[in-house]
Amino acid sequence: MTINLAIVIPFIMAAIIPFIYRRFPKIHIGWIVLLVPITLFVMLLRLVPSVAKGDTYSHTYNWIPSLDINFTTYLDGLSMIFGLLITGVGSLVILYSIFYLSAKESLQHFYCYLLLFMGAMLGVVFSDNLMVLYAFWELTSVSSFLLIAFWHHRKASRAGAQKAMLITVTGGVSMLVGFIMLHMMTGSYSVHEIIHNVSQYTDHQLFIPAMVLILFGAFTKSAQFPFHIWLPDAMEAPTPVSAYLHSATMVKAGIYLVARLTPVFGGDAVWFWLVTAVGLITLFWGSFNAVKQTDLKALLAFSTVSQLGLIMSLFGMGSVAFKLGYSDSTIIYTQATFAALFHLVNHSTFKGALFMMVGIVDHELGTRDVRRLGGLMSLMPLTFTVAVIGSLSMAGMPPFNGFLSKEMFFAAAVHMRDLDIFSLSSVGVLFPVVAWIASIFTFVYCMIIIFQAFFGKPYEHSDGRSIHEAPIGMLISPLILCVFVVGIFVFPNVLGQYILKPAMTSIYPGFAPADVLAPKIYAWHGINTELLMTIGVVIVGLLLYRKLKTWKPVYRLFPYRFSFNELFKSLLEGLESGSNKMTAGYMTGSLRSYVLYIYVFFIIAVGGFFFMSGGFAYSSANDAPVEIYELMLIIVMLLAGVSMLFVKSRLTAILLNGVIGFGVSIFFVIFRAPDLALTQLVVESVTTVLFLLCFYFLPEWKREDSSKSVKISNAVVAGAVGALVVVMSFAVMYYDEFDSISAYFENAYELAGGANIVNTILGDFRGFDTMLEVVVLFIAGLGVYTLIKLKVRKGDTDVED
Amino acid sequence: MKINDVILRTVTKIVIFIILTLSVYLFFAGHYSPGGGFIGGLVLASAVVLMYLTSDIETVHKGMPFDFKLVAALGVLIATGTGFASVIFGKDFMTQAAMKLNLPIFGETELASVVLFEAGVALTVVGVVVTIILSISEDE
Repeated sequence: MTINLAIVIPFIMAAIIPFIYRRFPKIHIGWIVLLVPITLFVMLLRLVPSVAKGDTYSHTYNWIPSLDINFTTYLDGLSMIFGLLITGVGSLVILYSIFYLSAKESLQHFYCYLLLFMGAMLGVVFSDNLMVLYAFWELTSVSSFLLIAFWHHRKASRAGAQKAMLITVTGGVSMLVGFIMLHMMTGSYSVHEIIHNVSQYTDHQLFIPAMVLILFGAFTKSAQFPFHIWLPDAMEAPTPVSAYLHSATMVKAGIYLVARLTPVFGGDAVWFWLVTAVGLITLFWGSFNAVKQTDLKALLAFSTVSQLGLIMSLFGMGSVAFKLGYSDSTIIYTQATFAALFHLVNHSTFKGALFMMVGIVDHELGTRDVRRLGGLMSLMPLTFTVAVIGSLSMAGMPPFNGFLSKEMFFAAAVHMRDLDIFSLSSVGVLFPVVAWIASIFTFVYCMIIIFQAFFGKPYEHSDGRSIHEAPIGMLISPLILCVFVVGIFVFPNVLGQYILKPAMTSIYPGFAPADVLAPKIYAWHGINTELLMTIGVVIVGLLLYRKLKTWKPVYRLFPYRFSFNELFKSLLEGLESGSNKMTAGYMTGSLRSYVLYIYVFFIIAVGGFFFMSGGFAYSSANDAPVEIYELMLIIVMLLAGVSMLFVKSRLTAILLNGVIGFGVSIFFVIFRAPDLALTQLVVESVTTVLFLLCFYFLPEWKREDSSKSVKISNAVVAGAVGALVVVMSFAVMYYDEFDSISAYFENAYELAGGANIVNTILGDFRGFDTMLEVVVLFIAGLGVYTLIKLKVRKGDTDVED
Repeated sequence: MKINDVILRTVTKIVIFIILTLSVYLFFAGHYSPGGGFIGGLVLASAVVLMYLTSDIETVHKGMPFDFKLVAALGVLIATGTGFASVIFGKDFMTQAAMKLNLPIFGETELASVVLFEAGVALTVVGVVVTIILSISEDE
């Protein structure tokens, strides 16, 4: 119950913030917002001991039980890690943003979106129901879109937001299809029920497609190769957003999903290869590209991509344990998963600190280009400390937490050589090699951050302003994170036993005693392969950094037009121009064409259906006799209809059209349908007025000068529609393919308390229809209004680019 | 050219009340005999349109200073809101309720929650129809 509440609270606050924003002009609104994540963090923290004991909390709020969609929350070790990250980093980021964003920005929007994101992200990690998880998942994409485009007057911000949205939502939709497939296989949307029963379904034909589709969603969200291209562009967002969404939380949603579904799909060769290989390629590609970046934030973006790949590949390696089953010898593979969780936490600490550091540099100096920066060490000593601690931890150096998880990563990669399942024996040696090379590049870009920004020739403002340290408020958050970076290195087992151990039991349910799954972490375990690899990384890394200028031309070997960015751009442009052409093909702007499409479709669909089902049956045996006044009325209407074709002015045509309409309403009177008659009468009057108004704007009515063939084909369509309607209205009386629904309404008085059956249908039986019709009517009215009132007049400037 | 519409203006002044009364009658009659929210709203809208036809927009606006877009929005809000009212009482969405009352003059009268829903429909119809007609006629 408290967990359901934890998801809802940020949403409620997000709704309130815009209203209370004006109430407290003296206080920075961020201080009020800050209460939310802190409260939630403390709330979750209080549950840590019991979760560490193996307790889980679950609560279901029935939402749409008929579709098996319920708002079910489930708190276990795995969601606890993410919950703590979201609320903990969230608190620090909001604290940081209070000093980062000036009060002149539209803060109410910023914090509204941020809270929206926080609630959605908590929803993703706490939801047990896949459909609800999906809804929250897309909501994180939407809020990320809004936050990236926060400075929406910049073109790059809008472009970055659009790119992120397109890629992550495409993945999200494919994930939805995967979830539905899972439901078709197992008959459940609950992750825990699926995990429980999945062993019966591993041979199901949908098993692999569902897995691939879900992975596609996870990869796009977690910026895995080749979908990583959105993440660097997302750096247009304000730095607190980059630190929060695009390094610590949202991009880890894909990783969360992979971890969560490892018990479902783990043990399958496709899962292992996809997750591990994509992770390793991302790890390498991200670190390799990070080195060439000159913008510090872009560098961090690529480094995030690379680190996400590292975590992803570790989860892939850990899934091997499902294939092998539990024994003492497979424990080394479950340790890969342990390393993944460990690095996940570590990455959030050091990368969060680094982003905030870059934000400070940008804030104080107005640039984050490493070519212009330099010599900041003495000017900004605290910021420099943050940079050194963060970078060295990222590079995997002691005495920082990154060292511990990097060593465990090397260990896992080395062990992959010894496996002979999944045809690993031939390529297993690649694992440690790729891991090692990627780590070297990681080391190189960490050196770039430290040396190029903080050593060397001092940076000077063009206008000679003096550079000074950031206000203390901005430094608190990164310094707290740095304390964690060092603290986790010194006491890794506190984290391991209380936070990581329960997560291991949720990834490997019923696998082994929790104490076996969660090993003790030691900083020093003798001289082994991993340590030698780290020493190698430092030596080669330093060499490469010294010789950076000589080998940097390597990056020019790949022509830009073959890059994934260009591919994405040309794909998008192609899509736009293609659909433009297609739309231009049939949207002629002439109402006559549209009416033609509707009628042709009507003839094909309705006429075709009647024809195929043999519905054209008619006999005049049961018909009432035709009275003389009915005949007269018909003749009048016929005359009006035919003469409309030959009149010279629009006004006459409208009046003749009115004759037909009023004739119809007289028929309704004759056939005892007073409701219809009334409605028809009023509608006829109002539409006549409307016609008269519209015709005022139309050009002179001329003889049409279209070719003979067009005229003939139009005549054929018109005749066919008329004939079809006539035949249908005779045929419906004898059509008996469907049961009549009138029986349902017959005792309307008892059921709905109204004697007027038409109104009981409108207001009660089919009230839902009426409600939606009213909404549609309203939207149509607004559409007309905006089309007319808000169009660009002559001489106005176009507001879009 | 000056339009001579004295007859129309004079007739309208009387007829408009008949139409307005009719629309109110139709609205309330809907539960037992022909009428209802949609027709009531439509008749009301046609009365407003008639007023616009005979007098100019400014005059009518002085008499009825409503923003008809807001009227339509209010209608949609009422129509959807009554649906949720039943949810608050633990019933399914859009469950309607009715009760019988003995009022002094009207005698036994039925009070039905569906009337609120119909009112929403009526307001939407009036608002949308007038909005559309006004925005087209005001276009240059």
